[in-house]
Amino acid sequence: MSPFLEMKHISFSYHEETGETKALSDISLEAEEGEFIAVVGPSGCGKSTLLSLICGLLKPEQGEILIQGKPLEENSTNIGYMLQKDHLFEWRTIFSNVTLGLEIQHKLTPQRKNQVREMMETYGLGEFAQARPSQLSGGMRQRAALIRTLALEPEMLLLDEPFSALDYQTRLQVCDDIYKIIRQEKKTAILVTHDLSEAISVGNRIYVLSSRPATVASVIPITFADQNLTPLARRNSPEFSGYFNQVWKELEDHAS
Amino acid sequence: MRHEMTAQEEYLHQRKMRKIRITVLRLLLLLLLLGVWELTARLGILNDFIFSSPSRMAMCLMDMMKDGSILMHTGITLLETLVSFLLVMVLGVSCAIGLWASPMASAVLEPYLVMLNSLPKSALAPVLIVWLGANPTTIIVAAVSISVFGSMMTLYTGFRSADPDLIKLIYTLGGHKTDVLKRVLLPGNIPTIISNMKVNIGLCLVGVIIGEFLAAQAGLGYLIIYGSQVFKMDWVMLSIVILCIMAMVLYQIIQVLEKWCKKRF
Repeated sequence: MSPFLEMKHISFSYHEETGETKALSDISLEAEEGEFIAVVGPSGCGKSTLLSLICGLLKPEQGEILIQGKPLEENSTNIGYMLQKDHLFEWRTIFSNVTLGLEIQHKLTPQRKNQVREMMETYGLGEFAQARPSQLSGGMRQRAALIRTLALEPEMLLLDEPFSALDYQTRLQVCDDIYKIIRQEKKTAILVTHDLSEAISVGNRIYVLSSRPATVASVIPITFADQNLTPLARRNSPEFSGYFNQVWKELEDHAS
Repeated sequence: MRHEMTAQEEYLHQRKMRKIRITVLRLLLLLLLLGVWELTARLGILNDFIFSSPSRMAMCLMDMMKDGSILMHTGITLLETLVSFLLVMVLGVSCAIGLWASPMASAVLEPYLVMLNSLPKSALAPVLIVWLGANPTTIIVAAVSISVFGSMMTLYTGFRSADPDLIKLIYTLGGHKTDVLKRVLLPGNIPTIISNMKVNIGLCLVGVIIGEFLAAQAGLGYLIIYGSQVFKMDWVMLSIVILCIMAMVLYQIIQVLEKWCKKRF
């Protein structure tokens, strides 16, 4: 059986008058269904470009992207994308922010509304349905953004440094929360980050990218003795520092 | 019984007193100006034939209320202003959307818009009279031409400066260009649109008065020109005072609208 997501020899460049910037060069990546993939690489190496390609916002110059064995364009698979910042609209209530995707796709049925309400209850935003984004803490806003993404029932989630705008403590907390939510909903997920600890604490496998133009420097499978550790617990387990050093060394070797 | 005020109550009380004081001082300033004007006119320091005076203006107002002429002139100016304001806003917003939707069109039209915006529109007035005749249409077209190009460019710039990530968000949620417009650009630019309305309402009034100077048989602008030609300075001064009040009321209406929008959005 073919993997859930398959990227084959993807290359991509940005074109400007001043010249061509090669962002990705011959990238191949696979994700099995339900797998949590983490992609790390130096800042500006083209990690976000990778996600934009997977969700079809950009078209690769070379190579192909298959989802469940079919090319991206022929696929109707719902892909959820979480950006670095929550981007909740201040002129909407939390509820109407969270249902924005449903509204855009004309799927705002009473049944879906109830599902969203339940999700908000489950993840601690129930009483903030009518609040404005500015009344919520950073962590709550990020959870709202995740529910906005999940409301469309995506089969795969793309996370573009979704915690980077948060302060450190909130970041650990939100990372834990969001990891649990994604596991609970059994989604395939791809997290892009430059934070090695974050990658190790959530990933089943880590793709290490080199600096621009990004190539896959190495793929490191991550296995902890206890399968069900939360990201925070993983950080405290004995295997963690070993993986950290391994990923660190890979990055060192390929970043310069 | 005296009751001790808490710090918060004290603060609120002081704020309220400050507001009252400002309003009272504003009214006193107005009365002072009117008083000095009246007094100097009565004492013969100012020639009230040329400068008019508050009491002469009041008499003039009473007379013109009796035959209804002042209401007619004021009504016409107000109507022309409102019509041109609505046209400017509708044209401004829709053309800005058009420019945003078509990068090619905006690139081609940009130098023309810049030129039309900085062209002194009063230069167009004689042309408009020849083309359209001396009638309210000319006045409205003149008023619209004064502010519509600036309005277009301001709103287009507002649309262009939207956070690209917000637009990306709409696309990642499966939206299209119309969704970007409806859910990001228009609601996000309500403050820009309202501040643009504030500028335009004033410019429209200017445009209408200039238009009436040149091409009207009625309206406050006509009354000012006609009054100055026949040395009826009471008409002129009264019209100016009414214009002041009209400008203020129109501006206030937009401020109320702004407050309402702030609550809603």
